[in-house]
Amino acid sequence: MITCTGCSLLCDDIDVVIENHRIKEVRNACRRGAAKLKGCRNRLRPSIDQTPADIDTSIKRAALILKNARSPMLYGWSNSTCEAQSNGIKLAKKLNAIIDDTSSFCQGLLIEKVLKKKFRACSLDDVKNKADVLVYWGSDAQDSQPRHLSRFSYFPRGESRQRGYEEDRIAIAIDVRESNTAKICKGHFYRIPLKGDREFILSLTGALSGKVPKHDAKRILELADIMKKAEFGAIFVGIGLTYSIKDDVDILVALGDMLPNFHILPMVGHYNMRGFNEALFKETGFVNRVRFDSTAVHENKYAIVEALKQKSIDALLVTGSDPLSCLPGSMISYLASIPVICIDPCVTLTSKISKITIPSAVSGIESGGSAVRMDGKVIELSGIVENNYLADTEILSRIMEEL
Amino acid sequence: MPTVMELYKLLPKTNCKKCGESTCMAFAVALLSRKKKVSECTPIIEEMFKKDREKLESLLLPSSGAGETGMIVHTELCTGCSNCVVACPVDVANDPRGAGTGGAPTNDKVIFRVVDGKVVASNIKECRRFGKNRVLCYACIDPCPTGAIEFV
Ligand code: SF4
Repeated sequence: MITCTGCSLLCDDIDVVIENHRIKEVRNACRRGAAKLKGCRNRLRPSIDQTPADIDTSIKRAALILKNARSPMLYGWSNSTCEAQSNGIKLAKKLNAIIDDTSSFCQGLLIEKVLKKKFRACSLDDVKNKADVLVYWGSDAQDSQPRHLSRFSYFPRGESRQRGYEEDRIAIAIDVRESNTAKICKGHFYRIPLKGDREFILSLTGALSGKVPKHDAKRILELADIMKKAEFGAIFVGIGLTYSIKDDVDILVALGDMLPNFHILPMVGHYNMRGFNEALFKETGFVNRVRFDSTAVHENKYAIVEALKQKSIDALLVTGSDPLSCLPGSMISYLASIPVICIDPCVTLTSKISKITIPSAVSGIESGGSAVRMDGKVIELSGIVENNYLADTEILSRIMEEL
Repeated sequence: MPTVMELYKLLPKTNCKKCGESTCMAFAVALLSRKKKVSECTPIIEEMFKKDREKLESLLLPSSGAGETGMIVHTELCTGCSNCVVACPVDVANDPRGAGTGGAPTNDKVIFRVVDGKVVASNIKECRRFGKNRVLCYACIDPCPTGAIEFV
């Protein structure tokens, strides 16, 4: 059995058939996971200025760039092992660098609330064993974390939910479109207008305290009733809801406070984003957007998006992410104008514009370690395929040694 | 899937009974439930019905891969989410601690398993839609939002 790193569910019941140092067949992983486990078609090679180089020289040059930079940033981390992340934080400290991860434009704010215990959270195993009401809000788990409903929430039989989805559980979807998750929730799908989440939360909190909502009163009252009667409820907060309510997370806290039997779980995409948030939080009290100086300073200008907008960084180390594929186009020209060091197993859009590329082993397949599941549980990753690549952890250690 | 009427319209409509059914309509029903093959209608083999025969065969093509229970898995639509693996009552009964609780199947008695990200059906005779006491079970169709499982 191995662990899948396809998403933050880190399914650890996967079987593989290995042939000629490659995974030939994957059993039990979803399509997304199987594709990830089979590895990339286009392996990254070490290079400097787009010219092939040997790995030692690439590492030395990377260290030199970071050392000479006035304001370097270390970014990515959501597809790196906990061990690599902790090395990354050490490196940032040593360089007095900015460190940020993908959560700064994803679920960071929500995870911070969870770590600060502002929400009642629970584990996915609790959800499986106890939950009777499941609310997918702005989340299409069925497509983003494909085994969420089958492994943990709606379909499985759990300790106190022996009759599974047929009788023991209700799944609800609140979304702006009828996603695949909403299709499963059928009679309990609440379609809301774009950016309508805030208003819906307010109507729902009103309904919970007995006020009749102005719009769609019958259905919102019905939803409030289901939620009130829940023995063990879970709200899975997707990126749709997070983007829609922006910094106004407190209204979600208020909703949570009105529902004493409910638990709030942020839906995380990349396999170890939560791992990075937890590690940095432990070190600094913040989950992202930190600059190390004599102390750790947390400011919005240290978010990758802001830093690129303000052109305030002069070197970027990227690992465990492909920012070029997801950042707004307007920032890309600046990104391409500064030295970028890319550590990745595969050729990515970012690696194509990078000054230095350093190939790494595929974590969870070619190198082991650990990662934190979306609910905070630490899961071991195994390195099962023999290979000659350095693990991202080792590459970061080597860069540190070179400084 | 085509309707009985669509199939019927393409038959000779002479009720000649050569296929063993009492009417062409009955033969159309038998075609749809895969109890009869197009070739059992001997008149349609004739050249004058060539176009109708080809149309019939193309309409029935999607169901040609169906197993004895009539199940077709459209692998191109499957996301490997395992909802069917966990929801199928046969899988739950045969593997209560594995598939039944959301995990990977722990034995070979299950109907559904996911290989290379796509569902594969085996032990099809265990399916509740098969055999003497068959029931019209929808437990694997309902949890699949992409419509990857179909019975014909
Ligand atoms: S749900 Fe996520 S962790 Fe599980 S098999 Fe699919 S991609 Fe991998």
